[in-house]
Amino acid sequence: MSARLLLGAALVALAAPAAAQDIAITGATVALGDGSDPIENATVVVQGGRVVAAGSGVAVPAGVPTLDGNGMWVTPGLFASLTSLGLVDVGAVSESNDVDADDSPFSAALDVSPVINPNAQDFAYSRAGGVTRASVTPEAGASIFAGQGALVDLGADYDAVVQPRAFQLIEMGERGARLAGGSRTSAHALLRNALHEAGSYGEAAQLRGGGSSNSSNVVGVDSRRVGSAERSGDVLLTRFDAAALVPVVSGEQKLYVKVERAADILAMLSLLEEFPALDMVLVGATEGWMVADQIAAAGVPVIAVALRDLPVSFEQLAATQSNVGRMVDAGVMVGIGGYDSSGDHPRNLPQQAGNMVALNWVTGATGLTWGEAFASITSVPARIAGMDDAGVLASGAYGDLVVWDGDPLEVSSAPVRVFIEGVEQPLENHQTRLRDRYRSLDESELPRGYEW
Amino acid sequence: MGRLSSKGGPSALLATVAALALAGCTTGSGSQSLASTPVAAAASDPYASTYERFPGVPTAIVGATIYDGAGGQIDNGVVLFADGDVVAIGDASLEIPEGYTRIDGTGRYVTPGIIDIHSHLGDYPTPSVDAHSDGNEATSPTTPEVWAEHSVWPQDPGFSRALANGGITTLQILPGSANLMGGRSVTLRNVPSRTVQGMKFPGAPYSLKMACGENPKRVYGNRGRMPSTRMGNFAVNRETWIQAQEYLAEENPDRDLAMETLAGVLEGEILVQNHCYRADEMALVLDMADEFGYRVSAFHHAVESYKIADLLREHDVCSAVWADWYGFKMEAYDAIPENAAMIHQQGACVVIHSDDENGIQRLNQEAAKAQADGRRMGIDIADADVISWITLNAARAMGIDEMTGSLEPGKMADVVLWNGDPLSIYSRPQMVWIDGALMYDMDNPDRRPVSDFELGQPGEGDVK
Repeated sequence: MSARLLLGAALVALAAPAAAQDIAITGATVALGDGSDPIENATVVVQGGRVVAAGSGVAVPAGVPTLDGNGMWVTPGLFASLTSLGLVDVGAVSESNDVDADDSPFSAALDVSPVINPNAQDFAYSRAGGVTRASVTPEAGASIFAGQGALVDLGADYDAVVQPRAFQLIEMGERGARLAGGSRTSAHALLRNALHEAGSYGEAAQLRGGGSSNSSNVVGVDSRRVGSAERSGDVLLTRFDAAALVPVVSGEQKLYVKVERAADILAMLSLLEEFPALDMVLVGATEGWMVADQIAAAGVPVIAVALRDLPVSFEQLAATQSNVGRMVDAGVMVGIGGYDSSGDHPRNLPQQAGNMVALNWVTGATGLTWGEAFASITSVPARIAGMDDAGVLASGAYGDLVVWDGDPLEVSSAPVRVFIEGVEQPLENHQTRLRDRYRSLDESELPRGYEW
Repeated sequence: MGRLSSKGGPSALLATVAALALAGCTTGSGSQSLASTPVAAAASDPYASTYERFPGVPTAIVGATIYDGAGGQIDNGVVLFADGDVVAIGDASLEIPEGYTRIDGTGRYVTPGIIDIHSHLGDYPTPSVDAHSDGNEATSPTTPEVWAEHSVWPQDPGFSRALANGGITTLQILPGSANLMGGRSVTLRNVPSRTVQGMKFPGAPYSLKMACGENPKRVYGNRGRMPSTRMGNFAVNRETWIQAQEYLAEENPDRDLAMETLAGVLEGEILVQNHCYRADEMALVLDMADEFGYRVSAFHHAVESYKIADLLREHDVCSAVWADWYGFKMEAYDAIPENAAMIHQQGACVVIHSDDENGIQRLNQEAAKAQADGRRMGIDIADADVISWITLNAARAMGIDEMTGSLEPGKMADVVLWNGDPLSIYSRPQMVWIDGALMYDMDNPDRRPVSDFELGQPGEGDVK
């Protein structure tokens, strides 16, 4: 019965978001998420949905309810990059899957923000795993331009989208070549043409910002404002797609570029010479370690899958688990993110990061320190996404707290409480309900179907 | 597998088939009969193993915590092996004979070599190009005539990653799950070899890979062929078993590769590894096995075993499962991370499997996650029992438990020395021995195999 009441509470929360509560946690091991080592016997204070203070010797203001964190770890919420949260119920059930659109006439204009469903179970599973914020991305279906991703929080409410149209994702490796008609040459021609078309269209149409119904639209040019400027007959992009790329060309919207091999990475870095305003992020970068100095010099951040170590394709021949560590050592800002198999989910990010710490034992390998590893799934990916107030316990940051039953990078640990902007979150979901139903298999009185 | 998250055209379908082509399990006792009858073996064992153990030195690992694979734990223990076999294990009082190389195990852990019951390495090798897609003979819903070993590319770089990062010493390569009856598996020693015969585990029984559910009905239904439904799946299976029974009853039957495999199953010499997600389908398969007189060794990807763990215990069937995969297809929607612990709690057999060239590198971490998810719901499972999920239980379900899977004297000296507790994220294989030969050493880059494919390529010989 208690489980049923809890679930009811969760549904209420979805209907009407609870107010942020002030809270202090004392006596816990606290990881700030900024790359520093964990601090034992520390305190975190959240007021008005924001972090007020975190660390040793922090005083709890009078009247703030206090939790004893003895034996617990407290951290900022995890930031999961490039997820499909809210776009999918079941991957292989195509009618429940809005990740890509093979048959759409549009490409760059595709925008995930109006279709994100915070009731999707993966939202709840990720929240229970300590993920409090994420980027949600479309995948490329019919063009090298996948469309525009959004930044979300994972609160149990309908106000998930924190920043719509936060980035445009494009494919410039093997997959991009296939989507472009069969070769990388075509992908490069398409990309340059599109950026030029968008640039001239943006000037002609005089697109302006505004018009977002969402909480913070930081993109100055609203890519949904199409305008009515005349265009030459010699264009490839639809008017909507051209408009969507205007803020990319002007650098107001980030450009996420999927590339893997070293030569492709360098080719994208040279694109910055032609289009210096581009605000580029490399995604994948499996061979990034081979050109880490150049990536660092260009000041381009990277979102990488930590544990790739197989030559899955000819563009990933030099794959190694040391990729992230070597890039970080070269001065590249690297967030861990991306999902390679059915077993990779946002809630497993700590496992990827933890392996980076263990890697340091292996002769010839380069891993991360604990602090670096934890930052690579919290503050670093948040900053790469443009969300400086997330993934870190610093004064003024989002009051996103996760209380863990142990070291968050250890596979045996899990969150016990999760707060987003000071609002405690429900951790129940389809999986926990199944677990509770089948805790016993006794059907001597009634079938399991009555147990709920 | 990543493409599962995308809906799409033929390439997505192929990726799905490839990725989901997981196998079923076998538990078995057939290995001894195959191994111990030379005449029968000669007749029934073409493409025979040419594997021989590599040279090793008598070795004593001293002072480590030992998980013996059979549920035992010895703190500050001693492991002795020589001439390819485990000689003895014991506590600090165990005498170390003269001539043994001593390895300091202080602060370290020893387990048997890790075994993956469900891999497609070699059959779906990297690079994952179309030309390497050799795991599903998806041209007929029943292909018991194909043998996975005829697809294995020994130069798959994945074998070396499984060794170095996962401590994998033995693995079963299964055909995919596009077909109801996908073909014979092959069990391999995880040693570099120029030929698949040089990897074949001597005396290991074959298994037949079977598959329930979505994959066969989707692959063939999409072509307008039977089966297109779950009831069609069962009908095709039953018709085929009837043929096999008839073949078995013939006195001098003509050679028929498909029927030879199925007859081997009905005679108990070939085990059955059955890919099956849903509880209700597993229960139906158990009845089908009774109907035709065979037994299922293990259900693979059995994400709903927790719903029928009592039934699985009664039938003595293992569940080969992931720790926490879920949701990528409809029949995986009810997967829960407590599955393994709840199966174990009911007294049924748990095996943690990978079905993945990445997951095979971290079976120890997957087992640890499943243990912890159980503990949080009040199911406490000893560390040493959890290690059996990736060692002896896998060996049992593959019919090789008389030869490997635990550190019992006389068994193969398949040994992993970990630099810390293998159930911790912070631990790595330090040294790995196969049949007593040192095949990997974390501190010695020369003890790290490099496949032909990687020579002269970027990253050759790099730590992976």
